[in-house]
Amino acid sequence: MDTVAPPARFDPRGLVELDERVPGTSEIDGEKASFDARDLTTRQINLELRRLIYELGVREVTVRNPGAKHSLGVGILARCAITFEGSLGYFAAGLIDGPEVHITGRVGWSACENMMSGVCVIDGNAGSLTAAALRGGDVVVHGRVGARTGIDQKGGTVIVLGDAGSMTGFMMQRGRQIICGNAGHGLGDSMYDGVLYVGGTVASLGIDCVPGEWTDVDTEFVTRKFGIYGLGSPPELQKFVCGKKLYNYDSLEPSERKMVL
Amino acid sequence: MCGIAGIIYRNGNGAHRLGSDMTRMLQSMKHRGPDSTGYALYRPPTADLIMRIKLDDGGSGGNGDLEHADRLRRRRHEVQARMRAAGASLTSIDDINEYTIAARLSYDGDLKRLADYVESVPGAEVLSAGSALEIIKDLGDARTVGTAYKLDSYVGTHGIGHVRMATESDVDISNAHPYWAYPFSDVAVVHNGQLTNYHQWRRRLERLGHRFASDCDSEIIAVYLAQKMAEGASLEEAMRMSLEDLDGVFTYICVSEDALGMAKDELAAKPLVLYEGEDMVVLASEEIAIRAIIDREIETYDPYESEVMVWTR
Repeated sequence: MDTVAPPARFDPRGLVELDERVPGTSEIDGEKASFDARDLTTRQINLELRRLIYELGVREVTVRNPGAKHSLGVGILARCAITFEGSLGYFAAGLIDGPEVHITGRVGWSACENMMSGVCVIDGNAGSLTAAALRGGDVVVHGRVGARTGIDQKGGTVIVLGDAGSMTGFMMQRGRQIICGNAGHGLGDSMYDGVLYVGGTVASLGIDCVPGEWTDVDTEFVTRKFGIYGLGSPPELQKFVCGKKLYNYDSLEPSERKMVL
Repeated sequence: MCGIAGIIYRNGNGAHRLGSDMTRMLQSMKHRGPDSTGYALYRPPTADLIMRIKLDDGGSGGNGDLEHADRLRRRRHEVQARMRAAGASLTSIDDINEYTIAARLSYDGDLKRLADYVESVPGAEVLSAGSALEIIKDLGDARTVGTAYKLDSYVGTHGIGHVRMATESDVDISNAHPYWAYPFSDVAVVHNGQLTNYHQWRRRLERLGHRFASDCDSEIIAVYLAQKMAEGASLEEAMRMSLEDLDGVFTYICVSEDALGMAKDELAAKPLVLYEGEDMVVLASEEIAIRAIIDREIETYDPYESEVMVWTR
């Protein structure tokens, strides 16, 4: 019996999804489940995912017709497999720790941002800021990605089979990126550490990003990752690392430096 | 934040449900901007000049002001008189609502002169002018504006739309997008972003004699492009020049009588998703807007930085 009515919400502009009930519309078959997201809101879809994974212990979920909605599959902190049959909007599969996510369409901006561990495979293209602040796990994009892929990346691996936009690996601190296509302007700008591999042409290198020396470790790593995701043999790659010139501040102003020289 | 959208149908015979398609796209992006919604819609060109005029900022005087309706009636009358004085002959005049009128004119003189005559009536502002273009903009979300202006039945060839989250200027109709490129017929722009050399360009364009109806930075894009086109550049050339000349972050969509183009700044700071199909080209800030009118799996992608693309109908 309801004792206290929930407080009335007032949202004059209609922007907030008010408290939703779990839809409970999944077809469940043991450890597998699937549901249609066409008529569900973002909040309902995420609540349904949580019910299946946390409450019912389902290990394989398929979400049909996600319709490019934003923020789907975020914050899932359990080992499971989630397949989205279609495209997702912004912030897809962000903040996850553990799941293996497969998206058969494309994703918008900031997919897999702050991902801790797990795998996310995207069959289509991805928007800008893909794998922003990635901490661990693998993000595989079969299409092309927008600008600033892996900005502030702190671990994990990003594999892009197509082209990447400008400022790829901007301020990255750790981890690796394998870009099989071309990379845009400012590759690895202000990176602290980590490795960028590029198969195609690089429009320009960012500040303090320099070509690195290829070693057996690189060959082993790239071959292993391509093997895991069934991507065949890797293309010939160039390696880029941090030049470490920005590690210490120059105490002289540019005009003073001229005088010294 | 703001959301922008554009549609151009590839077989340009004009029999497409442009109004309802655009409303659905804009409504799905309401979260990007709930303050005001605007449309620039194109029909196949007519022999007449269609001019949409705002007599007043909606609702600004209605309550308790008994003379308000009277004042608007006098303005409407005055606008007609000035049109005739400028040498235009009125074919018809529609009252869209109490503060907006759409006039069909036969006029072959200088459009700037006519627009200036109309705007010399205090409170009157020309929202759009052209043989194919109509700009509709008002406060509220797309469903509100679309219903109020009966856009569901609007058929057309191509168009753009905008949902606004006001950041730098007022929430009113004058500051809502799209912007007509005064005083050039049939050019309109929607913009997502901020321009940092707005005042420079506004002064430059004002020195050339152009007027600005709002304090919104986006308005200079429309006038800038139209000025470049008047100097002989094509739409695409003008848009390429704008990448150099405009500072700040922007993605904008510009439309003319027969073309639709997008441009993105060199930082690719503002989003745009693009779908190029057999039957139509659709662009929007978010894919969710494209999905609102295409209910099947499609291939879409984000254009890169400094890209300019133009499609013709």
